[in-house]
Amino acid sequence: MSDAKSAEKGVELKIGEEKRVGVFVCECGVNIGGVVNTKAVAEYIGTLPGVKVTSVNKFTCSDSGQADIQAKIKEHNLNRVVVAACSPKTHEPTFRACIEEMGLNQYFLEFVNIRDHCSWIHMWEKEKATEKAKDLIRMGVERAKLLEPLQASEVPVTDKALIIGAGVAGMQSALDLADMGFQVYLVEKEPSIGGRMARFDKVFPTNDCSICILGPKMVEVARNKNIKIMSYSEVKAVEGYVGNFNVKIEHKPRYLDVAKCTGCAKCSEVCPVEVPYDFNEGFGTRKAIYVPFPQAVPLRAVLDKENCISCKACAKACQSGAINYDMQPSFTDLNVGVIIGAVGFKTYDPEPRHDFGYGLYDNIITAMEFERLLNAAGPTGGHVVRPSDCKEPIRVGFVNCVGSRDKNTNIYCSGVCCMVTIKNAQLLKEKRPETDQTIMYIDIRTPFRGYEESYNRSRNLGVKFLRGRPVEVKEDPVTKNIKVRVEDTLAGEIRNLEFDLLVLATGIVPNEGIGQIQQLLKLSKAADGLLMEAHPKLKPVDTTIDGVFLAGCASGPKDIPYAVSQGSACAGRATILLKNKKAITEGITAVVNPDVCVGCEVCIPMCPFQAIKMDEKAGKANVVKALCKGCGTCVAACPTGALEQSHFKNNQILAQIKNVFKFQEVAA
Amino acid sequence: MSEAPAVTTTKEECWVPNILAFACNWCSYAGADLAGVSRLQYPPTVKILRVMCSSRVEPSFILKALKDGADGVLIAGCHIGDCHYIDGNKNAEIRINNTKKALEKLGLDKRLRLEWISASEGLRFSEVIKEFTDEIKKLGQNPVKEVKVNE
Repeated sequence: MSDAKSAEKGVELKIGEEKRVGVFVCECGVNIGGVVNTKAVAEYIGTLPGVKVTSVNKFTCSDSGQADIQAKIKEHNLNRVVVAACSPKTHEPTFRACIEEMGLNQYFLEFVNIRDHCSWIHMWEKEKATEKAKDLIRMGVERAKLLEPLQASEVPVTDKALIIGAGVAGMQSALDLADMGFQVYLVEKEPSIGGRMARFDKVFPTNDCSICILGPKMVEVARNKNIKIMSYSEVKAVEGYVGNFNVKIEHKPRYLDVAKCTGCAKCSEVCPVEVPYDFNEGFGTRKAIYVPFPQAVPLRAVLDKENCISCKACAKACQSGAINYDMQPSFTDLNVGVIIGAVGFKTYDPEPRHDFGYGLYDNIITAMEFERLLNAAGPTGGHVVRPSDCKEPIRVGFVNCVGSRDKNTNIYCSGVCCMVTIKNAQLLKEKRPETDQTIMYIDIRTPFRGYEESYNRSRNLGVKFLRGRPVEVKEDPVTKNIKVRVEDTLAGEIRNLEFDLLVLATGIVPNEGIGQIQQLLKLSKAADGLLMEAHPKLKPVDTTIDGVFLAGCASGPKDIPYAVSQGSACAGRATILLKNKKAITEGITAVVNPDVCVGCEVCIPMCPFQAIKMDEKAGKANVVKALCKGCGTCVAACPTGALEQSHFKNNQILAQIKNVFKFQEVAA
Repeated sequence: MSEAPAVTTTKEECWVPNILAFACNWCSYAGADLAGVSRLQYPPTVKILRVMCSSRVEPSFILKALKDGADGVLIAGCHIGDCHYIDGNKNAEIRINNTKKALEKLGLDKRLRLEWISASEGLRFSEVIKEFTDEIKKLGQNPVKEVKVNE
């Protein structure tokens, strides 16, 4: 039996044992093969010392490609494998498993990226790309020869989940996890759960009443014994790692005892202070002490201290004596195994830029404001009126893509606004058939089930569609009507239109506080300001941080069914960890060589995880493996070279550096 | 997409700089991946060496690279505040700036560059490489490297 075959997983190979490297060059169809001359690369790599075999595959990740690796490991007694293909982010786990099946330690794999970092970015420079691929693989081969066996470690997983954001996506995650028997903490920064969906009047394409379908779900969340709702609370600190996150939650003071409050709103009735009602998008007023909205969960009042004048009328009115003006923020420390970020969105604010005259003229409102006007529980009892004179408008214009598909604001399509506008126009038409609606659009996008039908329905109802973006919006100073100049790009003519009310379909933008959540959870933000998923197609709810998942609009604009699906998807992904009660983490850590360590303690303050402790007796540094995350910052700081980072040892990195420019062309 | 390579005539114009980029696993390596996925063409002057964190890069690695043939060395990590390891990149910043000061005495400081490139900044990655390549081209060959010819 060969050494490679007999080498148990993790067993150190004998010192001085011959390194037998196999190099597998992937063509990735034409992704690599169409640019890099893979045959020439393999031929050159075959001449390097230690390389026993090279192989070119159309798709190394395919079954036949992996079978080829396994066959060659057997045939040539390989003990190191180099795969030159795509990004290790895509297929490193595939090939680690592949060589592990043959009895090799999974860390004996070196993955070289000749697609994302070579063929795709040098598409027109085939020869140079081929030379670069040779260099990259040579670096990999030299590193591979020095790779040492490691064990991936297992960490226990606390079978509890934290969900940040109790909109429809977060609630779905909470319900699914709770129904599977896991304890769930559902944190919501607003005084009530429900999120944005609670503010919608009707939801497309079937136009069912939003709160009528959301309300029962909110109640279900509240009644579920496994869900602990933490409303009016925010995540303040997150420490730890997959399976073992320590989270600090701040409960903002409601200035009343939630246990005593019955939600009767008697306090509101007597409160003399009126402020614009945020739930109604600033239309109408609420009191300084108020119940967020009639279906709020928990149905409890909240005192807005900023606007309170301390008249104490509410305290006198409250029959259960719940009011407490001296309440301070309180904190809860949680230990959870997984975190789901469902932090939601807000709509684009056209005020600062005065897009299409918003903020300059009274009779221009956003779709969200229109939504509240339509709502029977809204500020006008469901009557759509124009702000200037509270008259019901006849001619209503809708402008799509406000804050979307515009290089001056956001270049992306928000996806939902076409349907929102179509639905809003329909609802108004149904309520008041005498109204006249014109939707000004760039393109109408109706990609999902029932959406195109809804679009057709609104056209049958008589809603007009005009393809064009307003170029000028003015107010008639007398009538306060809105005059719009717009090019009808289908008819090829300029149209001058007059509306009683203009509604802007504002797009989806990152929610407030998303930056804080991003930093707390160590996530990446995309160019659009929303959070990044681990893979846009194959891992849409995972993140690069193990044990952290994303649902809903946190990671891009979504409609309700999509957000709900993602909520369920997160619960499913999280359950893998919660049910197994363990997670596999990388075996990469810092290691101290006690023979070289002089106990200078330079490394100790370097470690962001306090993983290095002094062994006082021996006078040497000691790495606590369970705490070490393997960043290597201490290793670079160690003045004696006593610290090493496994899998990224000095000799391994130096071998790469030494070999990177060997093929350099010199103009001589 | 980039245009076809320009027709070059003189030796100086023919010369292509060699850049070694240390990219952190979590942000910059992924940013380089995104540049690839987005097919953002940039010059084949750079080779990427993956480290877990930008703070793993020791000054000796940089000196070794300059000695072994690099005309420029790039260290790329997560933006401050976004580090996967809380504040490894702050350590990297201190270290690289100190190394830069030391290199200043040798007139090599412009050949070392530290950049923060996130996983979503594929475009930025390609632009940093383009810029750095142009800068190194202006500086010319690294005078201290021990030149190796094709073997």
